[in-house]
Amino acid sequence: MENDDRLSGSDQPTRRQFLQTAGSTVAAGVMAAYAPAQASIIASEGTPAGADGPAVEGMVPVTLRINGKDHQLRLDPRTTLLDCLRETVALTGTKKGCDHGQCGACTVHVNGSRVLSCLNFAVMHDGDEITTIEGLGTPEAMHPMQAAFFTHDAYQCGYCTSGQIMSAVALLKEPCGPDDAAVKELMSGNICRCGAYANIVAAIQQVRKRA
Amino acid sequence: MHTFEFIRPADQEAAIASAAQSKTAQQGAEVRFLGGGTTLIDLMKLNVETPARVLDINRLPLDKIEATSDGGLKIGALVRNSDLANDAKVQKDYSVLSQALLQGASAQIRNMATVGGNLLQRTRCVYFRDIAMGCNKREPGTGCPAITGHNRTLAILGASEHCIATNPSDMCVALATLEATVHIQGPKGTRTVAFNDFHLLPGNTPHRETVLEPGDLITHVTLPPPIAGSKQLYLKLRDRASYEFALASAAVVLTTASGNITRARVAFGGVGTKPWRSHEAEAALTGKPATDATFRQAAEAALRNAKPQSENKFKIELAKRCLTHALRMAAAS
Repeated sequence: MENDDRLSGSDQPTRRQFLQTAGSTVAAGVMAAYAPAQASIIASEGTPAGADGPAVEGMVPVTLRINGKDHQLRLDPRTTLLDCLRETVALTGTKKGCDHGQCGACTVHVNGSRVLSCLNFAVMHDGDEITTIEGLGTPEAMHPMQAAFFTHDAYQCGYCTSGQIMSAVALLKEPCGPDDAAVKELMSGNICRCGAYANIVAAIQQVRKRA
Repeated sequence: MHTFEFIRPADQEAAIASAAQSKTAQQGAEVRFLGGGTTLIDLMKLNVETPARVLDINRLPLDKIEATSDGGLKIGALVRNSDLANDAKVQKDYSVLSQALLQGASAQIRNMATVGGNLLQRTRCVYFRDIAMGCNKREPGTGCPAITGHNRTLAILGASEHCIATNPSDMCVALATLEATVHIQGPKGTRTVAFNDFHLLPGNTPHRETVLEPGDLITHVTLPPPIAGSKQLYLKLRDRASYEFALASAAVVLTTASGNITRARVAFGGVGTKPWRSHEAEAALTGKPATDATFRQAAEAALRNAKPQSENKFKIELAKRCLTHALRMAAAS
């Protein structure tokens, strides 16, 4: 798969490069050129304490602890946690399916609890512990749920899979009856267009029985 | 999405003072409280909600479930739906509330959604959610295209010629039968509102959905002491087995003695423009034997004034059978 960055050619930043830069404290000049035209935002009470770099109107400073690592960011408050993860800090394991809280592909953990990152603003999570699929395990050291999804062939195209796994791992700590029906009910917020449901349930049940 | 000022108020008073600057607390509010975000952020992405200022109240200390001095329950407005549903006292004494919550939304949404936010949940009507369409609730005076359009999921009770939008909350149907009280702190002080008075019928002002005024912050919901020996059930009927709004749902809280119903509380979801407490059903049940014939009569009474829309006449019979079935299962439990 060709990389978008290479296809863009020229010295224009790609969208991903721009958003990565805009999220950091480095290229204030780039940010200023792209600041929102509508300047009707009142300076908020609580001006950023200890933030670096020149303040750009409307941007909110936030420190996000993602997979154990702190990221100091300045974000347009409209930035969802999902877009921040994917575009600003380049953790693209979390997927955007519907962007309206209806499919579960964007499921991450905030303070250990599974939530939909598309229906949260990133700036809400200053000081919160955020875990994404990247923080769950690596190919060399998979989380038992990831390993179970692999051995049970619990995915086809893979697009819903990170959300399924994040949801399933959180389910391990939630009150859930022992049978398949209970697992299906608690996993009903994660939709799979390929229909890998039976194997997803089998993978989850295997991990639950082993625990 | 329109730009906005994002503020995390230091305390309740600051939140209220900031929100009081909005001209309205209803549709079109310039200042919004942000709890779980499951309704507000969804609607902001559609530009149905366009607040200029968003107040993140998630860190306010309103997240406890506590006993009240009279043996009831005090539920903070920021308690998450999942925490409320899984609470031991709620499951034991107010089980209809736990059942309703667990049959709503998805696990992720239940983890995010707050009690206060669920009270203020907005309709799923496709015209309300699409700013390209007219909608009297979203923009007064622009008409109700649902009346002659897609209205399968919309209301058969409490509708007007201006608006037929259904209230989609499950939690609220259960709270109606538990006769909850909503506690509000506003710029002028605190007040309480009986649950049935909190939501408004659309009438000719469908943009006004609740009694909230600018600056009003729901701080908690209280439940009266539990009714000993009550049989409680929430039954939700819908197109999918899970993660779907109700076509019709019923919450029932029954007390029986020697085969007769001594006390009944009944409410419907999915069919009304507000959580639909049914005094008609309750009157038809109280003092009668707990039999199928009684249950069916109560259902008939409850839906007597139902007005079907062009696509949802089935809801009348569906709601009747939903209530009948719920009563039968509750009485047998």
